[in-house]
Amino acid sequence: MELKDKACIVGIGETRYCRKPGSGMSEEALQLAASRAALEDAGLKGRDIDGILAFPNVGKCEALAANLGSENLRFAAIIHMGGATPVASLRLAAMAIATGQANHVLIPGGWNGYSGARVRQTVSTDKHSLPGGGIAWDYYLPHGLTAPPQWYALMARRHMHEYGTTHAQFGAVAVAMRRHAQLNPGAVMCGKPLTIGEYLASPMLADPYRVNDCCLETDGGTAVIVTSPERARDLGKPPVYIMGAAAGQPYPADEITNRRDFHRTGLTIAAPEAFRMAGVTPADADFAQIYDCFTFEVIQQLEEAGFCRRGEGGSFVENGAIELGGRLPVNTHGGLLSEAHSLGIGHIVEAVKQLRGAAGARQVEGARIGVVTGWGDFGDGSIAILRR
Amino acid sequence: MSQDTVACDKPLPALDGLSGQFYGWCRQGELRFQRCTGCGAFRHVPREMCPHCNSMEWEWARSSGRGTVYTWTVVERALHPAFVNATPIAPVVVEMEEGVRLLSTLVDCAPADLAIGMPVEVVFEAVTPEVTLPRFRRAAR
Ligand SMILES: [Zn+2]
Repeated sequence: MELKDKACIVGIGETRYCRKPGSGMSEEALQLAASRAALEDAGLKGRDIDGILAFPNVGKCEALAANLGSENLRFAAIIHMGGATPVASLRLAAMAIATGQANHVLIPGGWNGYSGARVRQTVSTDKHSLPGGGIAWDYYLPHGLTAPPQWYALMARRHMHEYGTTHAQFGAVAVAMRRHAQLNPGAVMCGKPLTIGEYLASPMLADPYRVNDCCLETDGGTAVIVTSPERARDLGKPPVYIMGAAAGQPYPADEITNRRDFHRTGLTIAAPEAFRMAGVTPADADFAQIYDCFTFEVIQQLEEAGFCRRGEGGSFVENGAIELGGRLPVNTHGGLLSEAHSLGIGHIVEAVKQLRGAAGARQVEGARIGVVTGWGDFGDGSIAILRR
Repeated sequence: MSQDTVACDKPLPALDGLSGQFYGWCRQGELRFQRCTGCGAFRHVPREMCPHCNSMEWEWARSSGRGTVYTWTVVERALHPAFVNATPIAPVVVEMEEGVRLLSTLVDCAPADLAIGMPVEVVFEAVTPEVTLPRFRRAAR
């Protein structure tokens, strides 16, 4: 059975995204507030939710259901793919809906990434929060490799070596995200533009990554709701169809250094499957919301998703090509780099806004098809192709 | 590369199971990797099963200790409190002659001199009485 067009996104919800002084809310409260906003957007009640796909480490399906009044929960799961989880959850939601396992699936997320425990701390103090668990603990941490920008810097450096990818090309990604954030009043970096000169002058964090190559750490909650096209007809908002969706793992997924093909990630496996399912090609996309934990990961995912050939991602992002008005607008909300770290659900929300024609000053005119990706842990990947 | 003195505060590997065996050999001054006795493939990090032939029979085979730098980073701003006074730290991935790669650091190379392809050889550093880490120094080709 094909999943194409068997499910659609009918509700999106967000809290305010912020850094100082913090949300002042618990992470559960952020997830619930975003979920309530998504329910209102869809014209649904908490009791209508019979499926929940929560975010690993921060979300609990049972507690969310108890708060929302979801008395008929019959489909609950957590996919452990870090930032690739939300888009992978879109696929699982579509599978559940297409096979009648659930009618309305909630995908909520939310955390105090600024005011709570920082990722950099939890990954270096809690073995179980590490991708690969004991492997990173036993073989990376003792040598000072303790946190995500350092893991991925190893990949970025190798790419620079093999393909000549440059700092300025990383900077083009950072600048594009920041430009888009200037058109998004909800973006934490709205009002704080960034030039390529400022980018290149920003201090090095983990060579080749500068501070401005790294995503924001923010507080906030985000949620989406998925249902069937039949049910969507009775709801208030124009449905956004899941044309194709897939997820994949690098090999090995729990260890970075011994990959025979160092650049093969989960998306390498997932993208061809998703595009085949959707019956479109990367060239058909009007925009792409690419999980941007760090700048190079955008370049890498553009390559592995097939928007360009491997090694050409650096030149692909130059000269404003991924900015609004360019060949492929990427992260029109500002992304994790300049809107907020909304755990990757914000990328789905922004795609829905674009396909509803509700993206305001940053609307991609006539947007019909959009791509969303997720990236997590040591390179887990997920992708969804959406249409209006 | 700083040889600072806060080693006791730095994260240390768990010395149980296969990890304990790997680091046990390091403590004796030997770098050894698992080698499948079914198909002869080397592997790292230690695992129960050979991913090539699914054999669970293996031995600890001594490495030549020689390899080349496959990729690297330089941590200028530590994100773990134990390394704050140790920066810059340059984690490198070393591709060994046996074909496996492992993460380590170099003892004698300034970050500015790091280069992919640089030949290196293993040395051992006792960071505590119980734990010895494999590190690397520049080698002649
Ligand atoms: Zn074997």
